[in-house]
Amino acid sequence: MQMYDLPDARGHFGPYGGVFVGETLMHALDELRAAYERCRKDPAFVAEFEHELEHYVGRPSPIYHARRWSDRLGGAQIYLKREDLNHTGAHKVNNTLGQALVARRMGKPRVIAETGAGQHGVATATMAARFGLECVVYMGSEDVQRQAQNVYRMKLLGATVVPVESGSRTLKDALNEAMRDWVTHVHDTFYIIGTVAGPHPYPMMVRDFQSVIGRECLEQMPQLAGRQPDAVLACVGGGSNAMGIFHAYIPHAGVRLIGVEAGGLGVASGKHAASLSAGRPGVLHGNRTYLLQDEHGQITATHSISAGLDYPGVGPEHAWLKDTRRAEYVTVDDGEALQAFHDCCRYEGIIPALESAHALAYAARIAPGMGRDRILLVNLSGRGDKDMHTVAEQSGIVW
Amino acid sequence: MSRIPAAFERLARARRKALIPFVTAGDPAAGPTVALMHALVQAGADVIELGVPFSDPMADGPVIQRASERALGAGTSLDTVLALVAEFRRTDDRTPVVLMGYANPIEALGPEAFVARARAAGVDGVLVVDYPPEECASFAALARAHGIDLIFLLAPTSTEARTDQIARLASGYIYYVSLTGVTGAGQLDVAEVAAKLAAIRRKTKLPLGVGFGIRDGETARAVGAAADAVIIGSALIQEMERAGPEAASDRAGAFVASIRAALDRPAAVASPA
Repeated sequence: MQMYDLPDARGHFGPYGGVFVGETLMHALDELRAAYERCRKDPAFVAEFEHELEHYVGRPSPIYHARRWSDRLGGAQIYLKREDLNHTGAHKVNNTLGQALVARRMGKPRVIAETGAGQHGVATATMAARFGLECVVYMGSEDVQRQAQNVYRMKLLGATVVPVESGSRTLKDALNEAMRDWVTHVHDTFYIIGTVAGPHPYPMMVRDFQSVIGRECLEQMPQLAGRQPDAVLACVGGGSNAMGIFHAYIPHAGVRLIGVEAGGLGVASGKHAASLSAGRPGVLHGNRTYLLQDEHGQITATHSISAGLDYPGVGPEHAWLKDTRRAEYVTVDDGEALQAFHDCCRYEGIIPALESAHALAYAARIAPGMGRDRILLVNLSGRGDKDMHTVAEQSGIVW
Repeated sequence: MSRIPAAFERLARARRKALIPFVTAGDPAAGPTVALMHALVQAGADVIELGVPFSDPMADGPVIQRASERALGAGTSLDTVLALVAEFRRTDDRTPVVLMGYANPIEALGPEAFVARARAAGVDGVLVVDYPPEECASFAALARAHGIDLIFLLAPTSTEARTDQIARLASGYIYYVSLTGVTGAGQLDVAEVAAKLAAIRRKTKLPLGVGFGIRDGETARAVGAAADAVIIGSALIQEMERAGPEAASDRAGAFVASIRAALDRPAAVASPA
């Protein structure tokens, strides 16, 4: 396999990615690109990042063989990369740590973030508290309702949470509002984007910080299972946990990479968030990628049981991996994800995030058709404590 | 050929500043837009910037966001906007029309089809907020081939190198964003704007327009002392919102006429207190 070294200097993954923003932000992005280049080549920065990952985040995260669930499914062995065990309960912190360190080196006293499920907001608020930065988090007002507990966590950590009332009042609108904040306060503010989307260098930088997940797996799997997995699975909203676990495996041609998108009420219903499976390329939030849009290029409303997957775009590197067929992208609907959520609770004693439950559901779908000697590695990207309310409601429980 | 250079030549000969109102096409519905455009011309507009509504207007403040939502709610698409320009052209073949919006509706229609249809409809210039020069070389070539001016933004944060790059690619006029922020934001600093315009003039002979944050005749006049054109959007749309749909066009005309009067007032005459 030839060396994989995307993106190019201007942030392109084939036709995707790039820098599609208004002029006011162009200089800030140039500065960020230069600052990030310096950081990643600076051994002191790398050492600090790794030290914090170990002592503050709690890395490396273990891989766990879900033996009981695998036995019940009667086919491939399912292994879980336990990103849910990180400090703050999800993979998001790997990235917010990295970006907070870059923000400090750039001398920016204020950080902002967008959040959907609230995990990225919590991870950003955590790092802001850890490093003494002012923090403002934008969150769609619908998500503020759905994820009240995470809103409270952010406030406890000292962040200001701003409910966004425009558009569909979800993640994409939070991102719009964060961009508007950034363009207004660009001189002193660092925008910590939570996923592998946005203008260059974000898709690359976020991927780099998250790629620790896959690098650990490359080392852990031979020790635990004697070899690399047959397939690596991860849920895809914006796609940061998926890029994090996929990236190190891209040159390993024998390992299938499977991204699982939110099928919502079913792709045919139109109420879903499956940008790669059902969208068309376009330009949104600073990059060219697959988008859910109508025939006139207006971005359409999305639906998913999990707020963190409720996004009409996807990171441009996934768009490229799809077109080149290095990765395959599938969908799992709300009901199937919920079933996997319950199965993971009952058979393994692990309460997964509803986002991660999409990846678990696809593993549970394909495992029975595979031999018992096959191995599926699933990124368990976050824990499900934040989803108690949603799941209880779905099960008809009112508290 | 675009009507923009001729319009600026006429203005220069008359020693007048260009007044460029911005309205969102199809706000609050497609019906009144063409009559509104004519009313703006009657009131003294020299160029019309027509906003193409988009679901995710990242560079816009709340006023233009609301205008966009109303227009989309009424079913306005890029197709509708092109049809409105064509209708406007039936009775006005002189006033330049510039479409201002975001990349995705153009991408969805296809850049080639868009440029050809825009030309046929009588569009003179296009400003795509999220097409910086780095990402729009092929679009720029298409626009040029069809005689459509590509208007670019310059901002307080634009470096000298970026100003050079944009000056090379831009035609028609250059739109200087008076402040770091979204449309309709805060207070602009006239002295700072004037200094920046002087620096930009060393790089380009194109007319320079200034927008974002111009709210009334006095700021328009102050900015007009240094700029070739004054662009006014959010304040105008706010006036129309206050007037309500029935009276919006009349109010817009009166507001633009008041800005026109402030811009045209001879310097020798002291302003009435």
